[in-house]
Amino acid sequence: MNPEITLETNLCGVRLPNPTLLASGILGTSAALLERVARAGAGAVTAKSASLEPRAGHPNPTVISWEAGLLNAVGLANPGATAQAGILRDARSKLATLGVPLIASVFGGTSEEFAGVAQVLAEAEPDFLELNISCPNVGDEFGRPFAADPQAAAEVTRAVKAVVDVPVIVKLSPNVADIAGVARAVEEAGADAIAAINTVRGMAIDVRAARPVLANRFGGLSGPAIKPVAVRCVFECFAAVSIPIIGIGGVSNGLDAAEMMMAGATAVGIGSAVYQNGPEVFARITHELATFMTEESYRSVKEMRGAAHK
Amino acid sequence: MNSQTSHFACRIERVERENYRVATFTLDLALDAAPGQFVMLWLPGVEERPLSLMACDPVTLTVARVGPFTTALHERRTGERVWVRGPYGNGFRQTGEHPLLVAGGYGVAPLLFLTRRLQATSAHPTVLIGARTARDVIFVERFGALDVPVLVATDDGSQGTQGLAPDVAARAIESQPVSSLYACGPEPMLDGVAALARRHRLPAQLSYERKMRCAFGVCGTCARDDGWLVCRDGPVRFEEP
Ligand SMILES: Cc1cc2nc3c(=O)[nH]c(=O)nc-3n(C[C@H](O)[C@H](O)[C@H](O)COP(=O)(O)OP(=O)(O)OC[C@H]3O[C@@H](n4cnc5c(N)ncnc54)[C@H](O)[C@@H]3O)c2cc1C
Ligand SMILES: Cc1cc2nc3c(=O)[nH]c(=O)nc-3n(C[C@H](O)[C@H](O)[C@H](O)COP(=O)(O)O)c2cc1C
Repeated sequence: MNPEITLETNLCGVRLPNPTLLASGILGTSAALLERVARAGAGAVTAKSASLEPRAGHPNPTVISWEAGLLNAVGLANPGATAQAGILRDARSKLATLGVPLIASVFGGTSEEFAGVAQVLAEAEPDFLELNISCPNVGDEFGRPFAADPQAAAEVTRAVKAVVDVPVIVKLSPNVADIAGVARAVEEAGADAIAAINTVRGMAIDVRAARPVLANRFGGLSGPAIKPVAVRCVFECFAAVSIPIIGIGGVSNGLDAAEMMMAGATAVGIGSAVYQNGPEVFARITHELATFMTEESYRSVKEMRGAAHK
Repeated sequence: MNSQTSHFACRIERVERENYRVATFTLDLALDAAPGQFVMLWLPGVEERPLSLMACDPVTLTVARVGPFTTALHERRTGERVWVRGPYGNGFRQTGEHPLLVAGGYGVAPLLFLTRRLQATSAHPTVLIGARTARDVIFVERFGALDVPVLVATDDGSQGTQGLAPDVAARAIESQPVSSLYACGPEPMLDGVAALARRHRLPAQLSYERKMRCAFGVCGTCARDDGWLVCRDGPVRFEEP
């Protein structure tokens, strides 16, 4: 790699060795897996979202692949906040020597529940707490996600900020008319960073079965199919807020990562691309990003941030 | 054009009863696959679960009735539909002139597929079928038809040699040439075969099971304690001597 360029990334004062990070819900189910992804080259890793009580998730089919991405309705399967704190503690000690920060992901049915889970997970001392207010797959139980409404999103953010000291990332949904409005609302409520985007609400029907493929009927679309949606959302958020943005959605190579940064991302989340490449995808994307930077004479990732806002 | 989104819609061509709780289903679908690989079988409205290939052309599955999903499959008749996606995972690799294949329960299925492939090479496989009792022993005729030596071990001695499969395998290693071990079956049996392989410094390939969702290495559901993904890194795990 060109010694003149640096991929080091500063996210809310926390150092990431490179700007690629593992998105929540992909391989983040155990400490060993989080460590494995960190060793494979991720600049930070996000654990699976956890709720107060354990959740079994939806019946299968829960995840399917099609030409341009994945469609999933796992239904937030997780072992519950207390067990999750144990996983996070274990992960933290494994990651410490690697210098790879850990992001814990919080889910709740109410603001109070978000705050309660956040407190339990914060005890494991992750580097960040991410609030998953944007899961599209549990509407039957919880109604519209908080990310659908700026006031509700702000309320959850405030409730969590009141009880924890770690930097709080709020993960937004693309399934709204005005994502910039939601971004502004959570920034005002004290969010330290924004992650955008969660999956796009979608559906697949098997015509020979004449029924939806996913047992939950609806699911969240991810992968290459949603990249233009994600880039647009990050671009709009960047124009609306001054806190850092983690750009997520369809990133599968170094140029996609650069594109996300030029839209306004400080760091880039990667999920579905693990499907093609396995955990090795992080090293590949980082390498491709460095090559691009050398070619185009960027010395730091910071220089690319928001470059497309002219 | 039977793959429209994610699954192949197929029909059951034949159902063969193996014993009181295991049946073999032949589908009107051909896949290019290796022994040890598996498919996700979807019964709309019921569930979708992983099943190993007993053959890939046509796709053949040998299934034990253990719970709601497998019961629903056992209730399907010839001509009825099922949905398949895959194949997934890494299968067995061919090692050694004299492989010993140790099968427990429906673990006979991928090992029958493997036997066929090994016979196309210069290898001379021997098969050891382990079961609790005689009525759980299946596939003796299927292996016999391939003309491979078949040993049977039952916990209670009601058929073949009395003893646990790894112990009977240990005796086989002492009385005949064995160059590598393959195993598919319950995890305690796999542990036993792994210990045996270490003791005799033999390469071993063991096929594992875990609850699964995506089956392609994304959701993390099937990870073992060490972060090894049964669906994508496995289901076959290599133990070097
Ligand atoms: C790679 C692989 C290959 C397999 N090959 C075969 C095969 O060739 N023949 C066969 O009969 N069975 C096979 N199985 C096991 C089969 O998937 C389970 O028996 C089946 O899912 C049970 O479903 P059920 O609803 O009938 O029973 P349940 O009541 O759900 O469970 C019965 C048993 O199956 C296990 N199980 C539950 N859910 C899953 C899941 N999603 N994935 C895997 N196991 C689960 C449980 O731990 C329990 O031990 C395989 C499993 C894996 C992972
Ligand atoms: C199987 C799967 C499970 C997911 N689970 C979660 C989750 O628990 N919490 C969350 O915030 N996002 C979850 N997501 C969304 C991802 O974190 C990410 O926002 C989305 O997939 C877009 O990125 P990608 O195109 O790189 O996959 C999940 C995505 C997938 C594919």
